[in-house]
Amino acid sequence: MQTIKSPYNFKGGIHPAYHKELASGSAIQGLPLPATLSVPMSQHLGAPAKPCVKAGDEVKKGTLIGAQAGFISAPVHAPVAGKVNAIAEVLTASGRPCQAVVIERVESDETDFMQPMTNWQSRSKDELLARISEAGIVGMGGAGFPTKIKLSPPMDKPIDTLILNGAECEPYLTSDHRMMVEHAREIRLGAEIARSILGAKTLRIAIEDNKPDAIAAVEKAFEGVAGDVALTVLRTSYPHGSEKQQIYAVTGREVPRGGLPMDTGCVVENVSTAFAISEAVVKGIPLIQRVITVTGDAVQNPANLMAPFGTSYQSLIDACGGFRGGRPAKVISGGPMMGFAVSSLATPTGKTASGVLLLSPGRVSQYTSQACISCGRCVDACPMRLIPSELSQFVEADDIEGAEGIALMDCIECGSCAFVCPAHRPLVQHMRRGKACIMAQRAAAKAKRD
Amino acid sequence: MDNIILEALLWIGLIGLISGIALAVAAKYLAVKEDPRIAAINDLLPGANCGGCGYAGCADYARAIAEGQAEINLCTPGGLACMSNIAAYLGVAATAAKKKSALVLCCGDNDKSKKRFAYNGISDCAAAHATAGGDKSCTWGCLGYGSCARVCPVDAITIENGLARVNKELCIACGKCVAICPRRIIKMVPVAANIHVLCSSPDKGPLVKQACSTGCIGCRLCVKFGDEGAFVMDGFLAKVDYSIPVTKEEVIEKCPSKCIQRN
Repeated sequence: MQTIKSPYNFKGGIHPAYHKELASGSAIQGLPLPATLSVPMSQHLGAPAKPCVKAGDEVKKGTLIGAQAGFISAPVHAPVAGKVNAIAEVLTASGRPCQAVVIERVESDETDFMQPMTNWQSRSKDELLARISEAGIVGMGGAGFPTKIKLSPPMDKPIDTLILNGAECEPYLTSDHRMMVEHAREIRLGAEIARSILGAKTLRIAIEDNKPDAIAAVEKAFEGVAGDVALTVLRTSYPHGSEKQQIYAVTGREVPRGGLPMDTGCVVENVSTAFAISEAVVKGIPLIQRVITVTGDAVQNPANLMAPFGTSYQSLIDACGGFRGGRPAKVISGGPMMGFAVSSLATPTGKTASGVLLLSPGRVSQYTSQACISCGRCVDACPMRLIPSELSQFVEADDIEGAEGIALMDCIECGSCAFVCPAHRPLVQHMRRGKACIMAQRAAAKAKRD
Repeated sequence: MDNIILEALLWIGLIGLISGIALAVAAKYLAVKEDPRIAAINDLLPGANCGGCGYAGCADYARAIAEGQAEINLCTPGGLACMSNIAAYLGVAATAAKKKSALVLCCGDNDKSKKRFAYNGISDCAAAHATAGGDKSCTWGCLGYGSCARVCPVDAITIENGLARVNKELCIACGKCVAICPRRIIKMVPVAANIHVLCSSPDKGPLVKQACSTGCIGCRLCVKFGDEGAFVMDGFLAKVDYSIPVTKEEVIEKCPSKCIQRN
């Protein structure tokens, strides 16, 4: 396998302070499990899973507790053995209420996994896809799109390139980084399975150049993979982990407006997703845990923890030695650029939660936003070639149609514009509000049509 | 030289003459006959174009009346006077519609329902609601960022201590605040009704108490002590049935969380 430097640079982007050194050297470790876990039914994009257990039921590690409810949805499995206490409502990291199965944990080694597929090469594509769907695997980079759907593109969209996303461009987060350093062989296996399902002749692994140890580990593990395989080293720039920017950086192809990556013949999978695929296929283990980075200057010992879904943020923080220097000013689920500030430490982890970031009061500013001074920095920073200043003003004036006219829906909410804005305008929040209005209008129009 | 100018003038004159005759004929024979009553009714309407009647403006409402598609009592700003004027003009009988006004079904201000976290995003209820369900402890209550007040055409809504209040004397019942509230807690109620349950939380009592000191806990005392049928339970939330007049005002005193109030 060869290592190449990315020949393409996407437009815009920013260089925030990365602070990855806080947790990047800390090996993935387990944590003392809490007595109860609240496993949310909505850990993915699309319809929340339907609880298929009731209070009092005993579950083993890996028992199905939430059934897939619709085409774009994913099943949820018990991450630990125990007894179902209740089906309760919890607030997920994004702040939306959702149903959760509360499991009271018991010490038990019993598992309820699927049959391992010893010889996956001989299995049919449909068998492998069914396994991935059954294991509840969704994109673990953040969006949580069901992987089965991503790996079964329609016939008229042939896929020639599979890109493994190991960019991890969010500041602070190191979960994918540690996965690549410690589990590169499993990632290779998952990538080979996904590649054979797609029939993609080209495989690219995209890693930013600020992770030399991950690059070395992946180079070693992918030695001897047949065909057109290469490791593409990306220059460090935010948002390189975003699908559209990454496809351009790796292949030079641009996803058309309103289109999907498959329109360019590419499928992008996160490295952690590849790991989950290999676990599900080769060992039969459904997606029940993931690596989550607990970091920031307000936590005692930043670490990368392999935590079962439904673990509360409080337990994660306790496992890292608690707060450093008193209460943090902000606890963010995810990274500082695209994460959500959470209002309660009872928030449970889920399939898409890659980090918990704790910031001390010294690192958090309360800004008063001012009027746009038309400096154009956001226009320079926008990786989607939009005009954030104008978009935000349209939304502020409630002219949603006007904002839609200048491509509000193409915004990927990466936050680059707000990061550079000298007037501290909450640009992303305006975009989100505008997009929510448009989505509501479209849903209403669709309901009217039907 | 003179010839050219003269010739041009003649041609222009001729074209003008022919076009003029054609237009005059067209105006006579192809005229679209509009109901003269539409203009007359439009003149009788107040011209506020508030949309409270459900039509796109006064002219649209006037057309609907003339075509017999709308009742004549829908104009709130015009009120009784406007309705009787139209009734007199059309020579029809009319009954006044029950006058309605908007009401915010929440009385938990910032002192009664504390903030869960410090929100410093854009001052807009929909945006605040989208941020972890809003900063108020009660996830059903008024957020107080004034989206309703900004959309009100007659400035009938004020925000006091994180709670929106509608002045029912000023309200023209256009329904714009009802549509914009992301919590869906503004409702149209009869102006004549003056006792209301100012809470929208369907949660059980203990949860409500955690979130707000003045939320409806579903104790059913109002159902017990109020007029027969005037208060009805919808799950754990008491609601007023406005078709039944409230005479026993002691329910205001009986309500343990003080969310039954006069307005």
